[in-house]
Amino acid sequence: MAIELKMPALSPTMEEGTLARWLKSEGDEIAPGDIIAEIETDKATMEFEAIDEGTLTKIMVPEGTENVAVGTIIAMMAGEGEEAGEAASTPAPTPAPAPAPAAETAAPAKPKAEPKADPEIPHGTNMATVTVREALRDAMAEEMRRDERVFVMGEEVAQYQGAYKVTQGLLDEFGPKRVIDTPITEYGFAGIGTGAAMGGLRPIVEFMTFNFAMQAIDHIINSAAKTNYMSGGQMRCPVVFRGPNAAASRVGAQHSQNYGPWYAAVPGLVVIAPYDSSDAKGLLKAAIRSDDPVVFLENELVYGKSFELPELDDHVLPIGKARIVREGSDVTIVSYSIGVGFALEAAETLAGEGIDAEVIDLRTLRPLDKQTVLESLARTNRVVVAEEGWPTCSIASEIIAICMEEGFDHLDAPVLRVCDEDVPLPYAANLEKLALIDADRIVNAVRKVCYKA
Amino acid sequence: MAKQPRTKKAPTKAKAPAKSGAAATPEDFILHSLQEAHEKSPKYKANADEMLEFYKQMLLIRRFEEKAGQLYGLGLIGGFCHLYIGQEAVAVGLQSALTEKLDSVITGYRDHGHMLAYGIDPKVIMAELTGRQAGISKGKGGSMHMFSTEHKFYGGHGIVGAQVALGGGLALAHQYNEDGGLCLAYFGDGAANQGQVYETFNMAALWKLPIVFVIENNGYAMGTAVKRGSAETEFHRRGTAFRIPGMDVNGMDVLEVRNAAEIAFKHVRDGNGPVLMELNTYRYRGHSMSDPAKYRTREEVQDVRDHKDPIEGLKKVLLENGKTEEDLKAIDKEIRKIVAEAADFSESSPEPEASELYTDVLVEEY
Repeated sequence: MAIELKMPALSPTMEEGTLARWLKSEGDEIAPGDIIAEIETDKATMEFEAIDEGTLTKIMVPEGTENVAVGTIIAMMAGEGEEAGEAASTPAPTPAPAPAPAAETAAPAKPKAEPKADPEIPHGTNMATVTVREALRDAMAEEMRRDERVFVMGEEVAQYQGAYKVTQGLLDEFGPKRVIDTPITEYGFAGIGTGAAMGGLRPIVEFMTFNFAMQAIDHIINSAAKTNYMSGGQMRCPVVFRGPNAAASRVGAQHSQNYGPWYAAVPGLVVIAPYDSSDAKGLLKAAIRSDDPVVFLENELVYGKSFELPELDDHVLPIGKARIVREGSDVTIVSYSIGVGFALEAAETLAGEGIDAEVIDLRTLRPLDKQTVLESLARTNRVVVAEEGWPTCSIASEIIAICMEEGFDHLDAPVLRVCDEDVPLPYAANLEKLALIDADRIVNAVRKVCYKA
Repeated sequence: MAKQPRTKKAPTKAKAPAKSGAAATPEDFILHSLQEAHEKSPKYKANADEMLEFYKQMLLIRRFEEKAGQLYGLGLIGGFCHLYIGQEAVAVGLQSALTEKLDSVITGYRDHGHMLAYGIDPKVIMAELTGRQAGISKGKGGSMHMFSTEHKFYGGHGIVGAQVALGGGLALAHQYNEDGGLCLAYFGDGAANQGQVYETFNMAALWKLPIVFVIENNGYAMGTAVKRGSAETEFHRRGTAFRIPGMDVNGMDVLEVRNAAEIAFKHVRDGNGPVLMELNTYRYRGHSMSDPAKYRTREEVQDVRDHKDPIEGLKKVLLENGKTEEDLKAIDKEIRKIVAEAADFSESSPEPEASELYTDVLVEEY
């Protein structure tokens, strides 16, 4: 039985090569593993090994031939006598051409998801005043009571009661099996948390701050975010990575970065960055219940702030839905996390100037609720994005792109962004103040888009 | 060159008492105990059926990988493709000692052999290599990213060393669920130099996680020979700083691998925490398909093929134990048929639907 030997592809990018040398001649017996020829690829000279047993009957491409296309028949072999039976004559794969790209040339329509609305708070629900810190702790405690698979791990989460006291009391209630102190080893424990999620648990991995999660970002992105896709939907990774993010106070450049845009750039992740207590609790509970990996970005400067929170048995909010925190008709200020506080402060000032600003808290950075932003833009025709973070490749730049692409006809002014200065955060009090966003800068930007500057 | 595991150990020296009241006393900190148990009788006493099964599995991996190499040459497999040829005894010897449906396995990108050794259908593996809808990852993972949660095979990871920490997590899940299972986490001599490996060693030992760390030392981290990249080339000693007992095993003999596995797994299942196994093996092919392997001589490869080949080695034992050449030929024929069918399947299956582009990014809708 004749076996065709074809010019092999010997690297991911090779399309053709040079048949440098034949090491076997016509009539030679060939055993599997024998080197038949040397082939020069775009990268190196490679040896071409025989797979089948038999006799080299004819050389079709002489040595020294350049630009031999991959798949060209370079020689013919006859299967070995007795071995030419069924066993050894396992036919060399038929010259199935490399598969043609799927017939559809046009990309399929991308499925669109409709963000869910917040559940109605029943009339007469008591509103409690709690700090964001307590809201986060309560969210974890409630979910741990509800689901045995949920546990918390991180540095100082147990005996120390949390570096920022977010896990206070959890060790007492749930014990060391479910509230696990780790060594200072972010890459390692992020991997262990991710692996535990793959193994069926529901870990909450606390980073003392997200600055340290840069050591672990490989597991957040390569292991947690991509595995479900790469496994064709087999491997779930229901892990929550949470902790304080962005600038704190006078801790310098290495402890002060907002990673929202970094994580929000990655398909396969859910990224949440709440501002107030109600959203912190409702969204953290949703994050823990989600079957997807979630990056949950908190803010140290907001931990101690108190907000109203509905006293419900199960306060869970929808992921992927922005919230209009202040209605207005003249301009839309889009923000998230600590920026929402500055935006609300700015809106108060602007109200005094006769400018009625709407404030949107994105709450979830990925998937981003474009609809709420665009609907607001259609009403106010002007947008300012306020973000405590660097301007380049930011959530602000993303919102601006969306407004351009999908809201252009409604815009009466260019969208402006108010972000931190494009520098590593300085330590000196005056310089730090100059670098970070504040309400005044938002007010100025709004005046500009309203042409009242 | 595949490192020879040492067969004799110097007697463990009496150690000075620990300075402080550490949890482990010098007496119970005997990192060689498992190795010593293994050396006493290094060959697993396989019965005839087991031996034949080992042979079939190793042959399946060998023939499958040869076929994968062939399909790569034909342009039917793209990207990176790392073959397991030469290392068959490691996956077969270790995984045959696992408890099915209970223990978990995780590895790096050279993963075809571990999947086959776990009894995963060669068809869906080959179809993944050719990027088809019927592939185990629907064609969206490729050679390096394959998973079977049904078989508790957790990948198939492309980032060198990542599987070690993830394996720690799988072990944590076994411990948390108190299911009695263990995780077998494979990595190479190259990955053994990654920092996260040691972070994981520390936590695994600290928390007594049920995990067996397996370093498949095939002599080369891509093109870098072990001695050019590693200050400590005796990898089984690398757990010493974490009080993890090490084992130095001949990875070219499936019976020795299986024997070592029995000892290591028992230690872990008894709640003693992790074990680090170094399996000394050799890969016949390049690091990946596009590696011309100029960092070693053909003679070196040929020498291992001629003298240490795991399949030829077991073949000899089978023949000594009453099997005939004809019996083994028949097995070879059977295996070639399975592989040919897998290849046909992988070529005839359609590519994924274009709509699959957007599926499986997230599990839920938001």
